[in-house]
Amino acid sequence: MNRSGLLTVMLAILVLCTPAAQAVDPTQMPTPALEQRYLALTHELRCVQCQNESIADSPVDIAADLRRQVREMLLAGKTDDDVRNYMVARYGEFILFRPRMSAKNAWLWLTPGILILVGAFVAVRIISQRSHLVPQDNEPLEEDIRP
Amino acid sequence: MNRLRFLIPLGVFGLLAIVLAIGIARSPDKGTIVSPLLGKPAPEFTLPNLLDASQTVKSSDLRGRWYVFNVWGTWCFACREQHNTLLEIKRQAVVPLIGMDWKDAENDPLGYLQQSGNPYDVIAADKDGRAAIDWGVYGAPETFLVNDQGIVVYKYVGAMTRQVWEKEFLSRLPPRQEPEPKS
Repeated sequence: MNRSGLLTVMLAILVLCTPAAQAVDPTQMPTPALEQRYLALTHELRCVQCQNESIADSPVDIAADLRRQVREMLLAGKTDDDVRNYMVARYGEFILFRPRMSAKNAWLWLTPGILILVGAFVAVRIISQRSHLVPQDNEPLEEDIRP
Repeated sequence: MNRLRFLIPLGVFGLLAIVLAIGIARSPDKGTIVSPLLGKPAPEFTLPNLLDASQTVKSSDLRGRWYVFNVWGTWCFACREQHNTLLEIKRQAVVPLIGMDWKDAENDPLGYLQQSGNPYDVIAADKDGRAAIDWGVYGAPETFLVNDQGIVVYKYVGAMTRQVWEKEFLSRLPPRQEPEPKS
């Protein structure tokens, strides 16, 4: 298949898939700003039943109930954090796909930084040690290579 | 000192192994959401009584005594699985068994109870699933143990079995007082 043919097929797949993606959640919010917040929140809240999906993507009943809750809270003028706190109070931190930093999980957040520092320290030490060796090493090495 | 340097990666590996071992050992509980309600007051609710729609079931009516709160639905297979165990628990009459029929209005919960027997002392009907969200319910059946202070003491997700009942529920209940202090 040539390139433009492939592109056409891919575009067709893309177009065909879009309505299906919306079918899970047909909710329309009254204003674009609310719609934006609604979409953002439903995508960052975990479906508690099918736990690798967000409530925006999940077709199960409980996800629909939780989406209804998000919609109603936003329409009632609640903030995004109100919605998050509401969900966390009932389902725990687990419902947030983007966990918040707390004393309990701080090590998870800090470990990558610590590992980078440790790695950098080790790298600097190795490089500085090796760079001392270069003048000594050079001569015999060249002799080795040339017959 | 330098001769022991090979111990550093070994130590790091050992640490990692310990962390992963803990993770694997705990993995059977993965997927079970630990309820943030544990140790907190049970959610307030006022719901219609499933058996008599003119009556309501109120959380405030339950205050002052231990009770077991079981979330079920006729559409839920594991609930049918636990039904006989619940009937048995009711026969023991150790603690009131409060049912919450979850999003079941389009089915026939009354017919089901008539046919299979009613293990509950009272059943609240949560038609739209709002009360279930307050309880942090994500998959029926779920069973909560609430103490006489109204605090959620324990939550079990899955079909109730005699083993779970004895090990997790009976053991947490206070020793039976007779006569009942409050009726």
